[in-house]
Amino acid sequence: MSDNLREQLVLLPEYFQGHLLLTLISLSLGIIISIPLGVWAAQSKIVKRPLLTAVSIIQTFPSVAILAMVVALLGGQIGLVPAIIALVLYSMLPIVRNTVTGLETVADEVVEAARGIGMSSNQILTKVRLPLALPVIIAGIRTAAVWTVGVATLSTLVGATSFGNYIFTGLQTSNLVSVTVGSLAAALMAIFLDSIIGGIQWLTEHRNQKSSTRKFKQVKFIVITAVLLGGSFSAYSILPEPKRDFVIGGKAYTEQYIIAGLLATELEAAGFTVDQRIGMGTEVLYTATANGTVDVYLEYTGTVWANIMNNSHNPGRKVVLESVTDFVKEKDGMVNVGTLGFQNRYALAMRKDRAQELGIVSIEDMIPLADGLIAAGDLEFFGRLEWITLRDTYNIDFAEKLTFDSTLMYTAVNEGQVDLITAYTSDGRVAAFDLQIIEDPRNSMLPYDSFLLASSRAAENNRFVEIMQTLVNQISDLEMREANRLVDVEGRSVSDAIAYLQTIIHE
Amino acid sequence: MIELKNLQKTFDNGATYAVADTSFSVEKGELLGLIGESGSGKTTTLKMINRLEEPSSGEVYVNGQNVLAINPEELRRNIGYVFQGIGLFPHYTVAENVAAVPQLLGWDENRVTLRCQETLKMVGLPVDEYGARYSSQLSGGQQQRVGVARALAAEPDVILMDEPFGALDPITRAELQEEFKRIQTNLNLTVIIVTHDMTEALLMADRIAVMKDGEVLQIGTPQDLLNEPKHEYVKKMVDMPKRRADRLEKLVHSS
Repeated sequence: MSDNLREQLVLLPEYFQGHLLLTLISLSLGIIISIPLGVWAAQSKIVKRPLLTAVSIIQTFPSVAILAMVVALLGGQIGLVPAIIALVLYSMLPIVRNTVTGLETVADEVVEAARGIGMSSNQILTKVRLPLALPVIIAGIRTAAVWTVGVATLSTLVGATSFGNYIFTGLQTSNLVSVTVGSLAAALMAIFLDSIIGGIQWLTEHRNQKSSTRKFKQVKFIVITAVLLGGSFSAYSILPEPKRDFVIGGKAYTEQYIIAGLLATELEAAGFTVDQRIGMGTEVLYTATANGTVDVYLEYTGTVWANIMNNSHNPGRKVVLESVTDFVKEKDGMVNVGTLGFQNRYALAMRKDRAQELGIVSIEDMIPLADGLIAAGDLEFFGRLEWITLRDTYNIDFAEKLTFDSTLMYTAVNEGQVDLITAYTSDGRVAAFDLQIIEDPRNSMLPYDSFLLASSRAAENNRFVEIMQTLVNQISDLEMREANRLVDVEGRSVSDAIAYLQTIIHE
Repeated sequence: MIELKNLQKTFDNGATYAVADTSFSVEKGELLGLIGESGSGKTTTLKMINRLEEPSSGEVYVNGQNVLAINPEELRRNIGYVFQGIGLFPHYTVAENVAAVPQLLGWDENRVTLRCQETLKMVGLPVDEYGARYSSQLSGGQQQRVGVARALAAEPDVILMDEPFGALDPITRAELQEEFKRIQTNLNLTVIIVTHDMTEALLMADRIAVMKDGEVLQIGTPQDLLNEPKHEYVKKMVDMPKRRADRLEKLVHSS
């Protein structure tokens, strides 16, 4: 077994526990909410149409968008709660719809008979219609269960642990083993749940005719065994987690995984227990640190300056750093516990041979050529201040502006599919693909000094601050680029990159 | 006993009447056949007696009580009802189906169990053998026996039957007709059977009401109808079984 695989499997119990917990709580709540809604809709024509439309609309929303909206509605709270709310919303459609369908397809003559012998509407519902609709309702629950297991992988994005941690970490650090383990685990859980609920469905469908046959008894035995097995796993998964001293956050790319891992290693070496919540977006992470759900993460001055403080000018590196430090303290009570030394700002980059061929050294050289150039940006760039400033400062626009996942963006420029990309200065792939960073003589690009942003609680802990300060200004652009390159280009593990940085810091 | 007074039912605010100004009564212990073709209003009339349909106007009295003054569920629990197409609950066993009404009435468990045994025995389905079965495991005739047992279970003295034997094969139908007639006589039940089968009505009923287009054309004993049909339609209805009976008799004598 490879080291990589072993490293992944060590994480399995924690991710399994997180995923199962999310799935079971969400599905249970989904059932508790959706069946009464379905019953209500089946009784009342006024309710039926709007309700079914509403749950269908929820379903058409991209699940990532629902997660983001729930986090925003909860005032930036991350973790289990927003993930569960989003999953419950997502699970509703099949259960509500099947409840309505199930109740409506009960034979008229049976309902008439129930009325005729003197059952009240409630008795007809509970004694006749619901029991007869049960197999259809269970089929809806079965669909919802499979969906929930799948969508639960996305809850990693809002800081809830799931098999998604494998998938997002793997995607961002080019670790195929991690992606595979995560996907397989989620698929197996989905199949397992699908089979159990499918078994229950079969039993309810055949409870009348076949309850004495051998096959019925076998299926019953298997289902009960599986439920008991799943039940004990679930009981184990609801055990309260031990309280960790610090929660380290991280955004969804390699550098963040490496630095978060580095912080974890350093804190653990000092005897603290830590939890890592990696893979979140800036807004979510910033708010979570402000409200103390996260204790520390790697932030960049330019990100806070532009995205949080909503500034649209560039007063220079020093002023930005100072303003940001003051802002996070005064506005949200957080502390900049130190810069790490490297910058991760945006820069335009081209393949060296292409830049030479066109005679481009600085962005000014691009101005006359721009309407023939294809640019590729990461998922954010063309929506960011940097692009607007760059465009206005140089009065430049490109023939085509494409948006890529950052890994694909580098591949695209390397293969000549696009002329230039919006690279990051600390990115290992700049060196690996031998890209040329295009100079920015008019300083249109914001500075992005990396710094450790800590919650007020963490910043009050002297030992914590001491440990963080041993890292201050210890990592140069080149060194961070090398650490990133190890993971992104050479396919080494995040632990290898952390080890590399430690040798530099503690040399 | 059952008494209908100027009973009317319209589904279109009086443009047409499914049942128009119908009055008749059924005496205690009497079995009335209510006969007519589809759309004659016979089933609607039946359903107005236990308020499965609400009358547009007119009154219904069961054992002297105006049914419109009784809670409809209460009313239905005290009137046996045998459904067209049987209407057993597919998720209930035979015993559970039969126990349904006594349980709705809040009988204690022992009494329900005893009554179940009793009624199932009455319809020829011993509880030990059939009690635990589901309706899908029974033949059509057995299913309707359960339907009859369910209607008898709460010891009602009035029973309404909506084409109860229509879906059965001729032999089973004849058996059940005879058995039910015997039960009805023994228990002195007041019964209305809705049917479109004149032979059934002639052989089972004490009196027959013939309906057409929402109106009762004639009401009388089988002999009255056979001997003095007061209406061309009634004559047509009774002629068919009469002709068949004559032909059968000739066949018997010629052999």
